[in-house]
Amino acid sequence: MKQRIRQNAVPVLFLCMCVLGVLISGQNLRYIAQELISRLARNWFLVLSLIIPVTAGLGLNFAIVLGAMAGQVGLIIATHYKLPGLLGLITAIILAMPIAVVLGISAGHVLNKARGREMITSMMLGFAVNGIYQLVFLFMAGTVFPIKNPEIMLDNGVGLRGTIELKYCKYALDNLIRLRLFGIDIPLAPIIVVILLCFGIRWLYQTKLGQELRAVGQDMGVASVAGINVDRTRITAMVMSTVLAAIGQVIFLQNIGTMNTFNSHEQIGTVAIASLLVGGATVSRATVGQGLIGTLLFQLLFIISPAAGQRLMGNAQIGEYFRVFIGYGIIGAALLIHAWERSTSQRSAHRQPKEKTPEVTLNN
Amino acid sequence: MDNNWVLQVKNVSKEYGGNSVLRDVSLSVKPGEIHALVGENGAGKSTLMNILFGMPVIHETGGFTGEVWLKGKKAEIESPKKAMEAGIGMVHQEFMLLPGFSVAENVKLNREPTKPNWFSGVSGNKLETLDLQKMGSDTRRALDKIEMDIDEWLPLVGMPVGYRQFIEIAREIDKADLSLLVLDEPTAVLTETEASRLLSVLKKLAESGIGVLFISHRLEEVCEIADTVTVLRDGEVIATMPKTETKLEAIAEMMVGRKISRSKTAESGRAIDEGNILEIRDLYVDMPGEYVNGANLTVRRGEILGIGGLAGHGKLGIANGIMGLYPSSGTLIFDGGEIPLNNAQASLEAGLVSLSEDRRGVGLLLDESIEDNIALASMISRKKFLKRVGPLPVSVLDRKAIREHANKMISLLEIKCTGPEQSVRRLSGGNQQKVCVAKAITMEPRLLLVSEPTRGIDVGAKERVLSMIKSLNRENGITVVMISSELQELRSMCDRIAIMYKGRICGILDPDAPDAEFGFCMAGKGGIPSD
Repeated sequence: MKQRIRQNAVPVLFLCMCVLGVLISGQNLRYIAQELISRLARNWFLVLSLIIPVTAGLGLNFAIVLGAMAGQVGLIIATHYKLPGLLGLITAIILAMPIAVVLGISAGHVLNKARGREMITSMMLGFAVNGIYQLVFLFMAGTVFPIKNPEIMLDNGVGLRGTIELKYCKYALDNLIRLRLFGIDIPLAPIIVVILLCFGIRWLYQTKLGQELRAVGQDMGVASVAGINVDRTRITAMVMSTVLAAIGQVIFLQNIGTMNTFNSHEQIGTVAIASLLVGGATVSRATVGQGLIGTLLFQLLFIISPAAGQRLMGNAQIGEYFRVFIGYGIIGAALLIHAWERSTSQRSAHRQPKEKTPEVTLNN
Repeated sequence: MDNNWVLQVKNVSKEYGGNSVLRDVSLSVKPGEIHALVGENGAGKSTLMNILFGMPVIHETGGFTGEVWLKGKKAEIESPKKAMEAGIGMVHQEFMLLPGFSVAENVKLNREPTKPNWFSGVSGNKLETLDLQKMGSDTRRALDKIEMDIDEWLPLVGMPVGYRQFIEIAREIDKADLSLLVLDEPTAVLTETEASRLLSVLKKLAESGIGVLFISHRLEEVCEIADTVTVLRDGEVIATMPKTETKLEAIAEMMVGRKISRSKTAESGRAIDEGNILEIRDLYVDMPGEYVNGANLTVRRGEILGIGGLAGHGKLGIANGIMGLYPSSGTLIFDGGEIPLNNAQASLEAGLVSLSEDRRGVGLLLDESIEDNIALASMISRKKFLKRVGPLPVSVLDRKAIREHANKMISLLEIKCTGPEQSVRRLSGGNQQKVCVAKAITMEPRLLLVSEPTRGIDVGAKERVLSMIKSLNRENGITVVMISSELQELRSMCDRIAIMYKGRICGILDPDAPDAEFGFCMAGKGGIPSD
């Protein structure tokens, strides 16, 4: 019982905060529901893309930023050729895939070299690849390769605009099936896609590959002695995560409608990771349910905190500060708890086999 | 005739960086035979295991010479996977189990039965669905064979160590083509009843035609179940004999016995008085892998006391406990006064100095210069090499004194180096050890604890280091406690040798005591503590 409370302490705490926030903010429930549903529809997919690396022992994959960039490249190309609606969206995804695969493989290789420091390395990878991305679209676009569509170009003919309006494929997925329930507009299609993804992930863990991912996540040494190709499995996890993040970013941006060419992807990692953690996930354990619930709570906090801050302190900015503080604080706390748990579990693991008599043969 | 053997090891030799650890080893196992492999630490048992199981450490260090034949055919075992495919099952000393998985998932790890589904056709069997039913029933069958009645779907977390050992065995016998089962110290972590159950399970398995290669320190076990016994010593096969011809004493003697010519001349003027300089009472040390469970020991002023025993029985724990490096409890009385435990500073200030077995990790700052390594510890705990700056209440390094002292040490101990400024990392193992000794001398110890002083250094340097320690004792009157896995070394150096077994002192022997007596003590038998 105690164990259960401890395990779910984070989501319960956030639930309390959200309920309080809703009460304080005094906002219209219908407004909150409407905001929430559209935020969930665009964020869920991205958050779920984090789950596979966690189970494979790679920790929180800050490198989904790489996938997000791939998705944006797809969207830029689709917008460049003015591909309308769903066609544009699907083209964007198809174009993003190979880029995401390549990025995922390279990221996987790098992380295999940086065992035990995966999270900070994946974060740095995000920054590094961001540099390349900027180079390509800020400098090479228009000089090295021609851009024919002036709508997305800066006026001087070099580099893309800071904001690109995705006017051709905006809401392409959201508008596919719209449902009105109690006066709330529900974009059903992206939610169906998320449901499919949930089942997909569940199915993955019933397969041989899923079993290998879990085994590698628990103990690389044991897995490799059992004949599992650990490096390859970890790379597979990274590729899957990156590809899912690319798709997730496309879904995200088609709902937003405009793309901050050089910024949209940057926040993705921290926001998605914070959402997952709010759901009660840890660095080494995450489930689909935790991703779904965590996103819900985190986004709810997003919606209500400015109004709550306004009501409570007379300043909307305070609520916003509070939210940002919590968003990043939760990541910091999760990493801290992880480090602490790891050091204590190591100590107790040593303690356990009291009468063990290991043998030393290597003496060089 | 070749087909009558499951395993033949033919003239296998292996070197690690110039140190030969296996020399021309041959051994054969028949189907249905339980073959015991016994030997001291460092005799080469684990290396032989690693070769049989294709562990990467072998191939990363240049492979081995000689041949391994399986079922009458020459086998190239390049990886654990190859070994498994060839029908070798291995029960590791370290458990190779995943705590988050259930028993069945562990037993079937990477050998899961699968069923095709919609997607698997395109992408191969990685995406086939696990056949949980078959996983369960296979596991059940394997567990039944070894008479385990635990639920196959229970998670491993929280299961007692004994169960895990049996689950490892279940995993191996579940492999359809298993023909040779290798067990590395399988009873080391078991209670007595569990151990005897394990032995009976092994006998049953052997009856079903599987060859069993059984590595153990526990000689009584070996005598109980083995059909054949091979004794390994210093990387060489000393004897292979059928069980009927073996006697416990004989094996014990063969394990340890090197006929050595000890030059223990009656030295005159040795000042070993009966007074105790150090008394250890009821010491417990929580050092992973080297637990001390209630050791009692007294050290006489002026002697060299040896502590021996097999690895993992706590001899290193004693030194680390005394020096306050691992959590410990008990009483330490040094020179009449009690020293608080778990307080490294206090131990150092009392005049206890240790030469750590972990030379490169604990003993030295590898990237610092020789002179700094020699001086640093004394600076901190003896306030040496410091000078005041005028009237200011701060001290700064006395660089000149450090340099002079380092040069003196380098010539005294014949440290081969380019100068006192050279970084310690570049030195050979022997010279690094000499720097450690220099550091210890600088600390002006009253009692010196020396752990594994010759580990990882070449033969010539060994002599030099040992004679240095001896002269510290003889000329400077420093009492020495020397801890070593090499019985030989202890016997040539020490006045008395304490043997540890399972964290306690099992006996204190004279260095001239017969080999068999040492063997018995190390196996936890005989030897009544002499004080």
